Amino acid sequence: MDRTAPATSLQKIVIPYPRVSLADVLGNAVLALVGVAFALPLLWMIFASLDKNAGWRIRLPNLTLENFGSIVTAQGLQPFVNSFYLAAVTTVVATALALLAAYPLSRRYVPGKRSVTLLILFASGLPVTMMLVPIYQMYATLHWLDSRFTTSLFLAATALPFAIWLLMNYISAVPLELEEAAGIEGAGTLRTLFSVVMPLILPGLCVTAVYNFITAWGAFIVPLVLDSTPEDQPGTVAIYQFLGAHGMIQFGQLSAFSLLFSLPVVVLYLLIGRSFQGGFAFGGGVRG
Amino acid sequence: MAAGDERKRAEDHPTFEPSSAALLSLPAAFLVFLFAGPILYALYLGFTNLQLIGPHAQSWWFTGLANPRRLLHDSIFFHSIGLTLIFVIASGIIGQTLFGLILALLMRRALAPIRLSVGMIVVAAWVVPEVTAAFIWYAFSQAGGTLGIVLGMLQTNFLFSAPMTTVCIANLWRGTAFCMLVFSAALRNLPNEVLEAADVEGASRLQCLFSVTLPLLGPTIVTNLLLVTILNLSDFTLIYTMTQGGPGTSTMTLPIYIYQEAFTYYELGYGTTISLVLILIGAILSLLFVRRVGAQQ
Repeated sequence: MDRTAPATSLQKIVIPYPRVSLADVLGNAVLALVGVAFALPLLWMIFASLDKNAGWRIRLPNLTLENFGSIVTAQGLQPFVNSFYLAAVTTVVATALALLAAYPLSRRYVPGKRSVTLLILFASGLPVTMMLVPIYQMYATLHWLDSRFTTSLFLAATALPFAIWLLMNYISAVPLELEEAAGIEGAGTLRTLFSVVMPLILPGLCVTAVYNFITAWGAFIVPLVLDSTPEDQPGTVAIYQFLGAHGMIQFGQLSAFSLLFSLPVVVLYLLIGRSFQGGFAFGGGVRG
Repeated sequence: MAAGDERKRAEDHPTFEPSSAALLSLPAAFLVFLFAGPILYALYLGFTNLQLIGPHAQSWWFTGLANPRRLLHDSIFFHSIGLTLIFVIASGIIGQTLFGLILALLMRRALAPIRLSVGMIVVAAWVVPEVTAAFIWYAFSQAGGTLGIVLGMLQTNFLFSAPMTTVCIANLWRGTAFCMLVFSAALRNLPNEVLEAADVEGASRLQCLFSVTLPLLGPTIVTNLLLVTILNLSDFTLIYTMTQGGPGTSTMTLPIYIYQEAFTYYELGYGTTISLVLILIGAILSLLFVRRVGAQQ
């Protein structure tokens, strides 16, 4: 029996002898049904994006690539640029700051370390988007409204607690001896951090960065409230405006747009999703 | 997740090195200004008559208990608390958690092709941006839309005839993957010996499930319930994109009511008062979560 073999993702438990029961058949049937039900909405979007005259009803498309073409030719790409800007700045700021905080918190003596660590975890569970009214008022006073950069800064602040928490886990997993050796050689804290620790936790840094990117890419209410300049609107706000403002919705175009907009996130998830499913889910869902 | 393990060296020389302080200062300043700042500011703004546009946009002041008193007589506020509870319980706890658990359990014994393809589809629904999910479900539930075809109710616009139910189902569709992934991971980590022992003892599958598997999953289920509640409590994007809280106030959960008061009716002060309620509930849940994780360390 190969029960000792490590189970890979979603692998079923190997049973010692084949036992096909009614329960197994039913279980498979139910799962297949759920799969079809879950797939229908996604299929509608994919079909509609390829359909010359898409409607609400799901149907095999009257094949065309016009919908995608019209996004590229019209001003349709600016929201992508904006989403990329927001996500990139948020990622750089939040990941860099998280590294600076996570290293001393997991390696050096810091007074009240445990409380600080728990406070960071606590902060990452707060419904951050609901700080929106006070942050709006703060930004209004500072004249920080209507800027992609300051909007990214707030997104970075909301992502930071969880990013610190994530990175602390990766740093804790690195053996201490290497840093001690660096210390004996006379390397300072900064040098140790950048030339010894950073290369070792590169996978963790990537995961943290990708998590920050995905979160900021999907951010909706924060840019909606903090930046009302039409030219600055990211893809999320564009989709919402499209739905709300147009009585006659161009379903094909909107589907093509949504599909293209989902693509980066899906690709990033495929690249790293497996490495931190649970943690990713937690952090990813808190922010809207 | 084990973070911040105490190290020997740190215990031997408990000095707060200047370099540590230097590294920490930048993120700390950032968090104090842009994270703690807004929360503390909310504690003040919630007791003022600040407006976005109107007589109190420029000159506004502390109004004491006027806002909390207004809150206590605000029937829409209580209505929206009720809707938030329905959303969290029906869609989050019963829907996502129970459904995710059932899927994870079924997948253990399912055929590989079915398991993999269903897993991929369910996760895809969760990975696409929330606005996209909202758009898909908006189109899905229109009159003449796909949902109507499936249910044989062609002329029904489900966002009018059953808005709250539709929004809850859309949220179930979007969020089940999270619970499924968490429970699948937990099931993989269950000690095989216990399950084998139960099998050898001749326990039936249902007996196995209820007296071995589920009790072993207990801690995961509780932690997951806390997370799901936190996640669903503050959900704004999905509902707002689909219905904007309507028709009328029929899907106006707390986050949407806050947004509407603050940015549609320009009542920034009163909007903040309602935010404080949500932040308070969120803080309690997050505290419970921290206690659980802290205890595990």
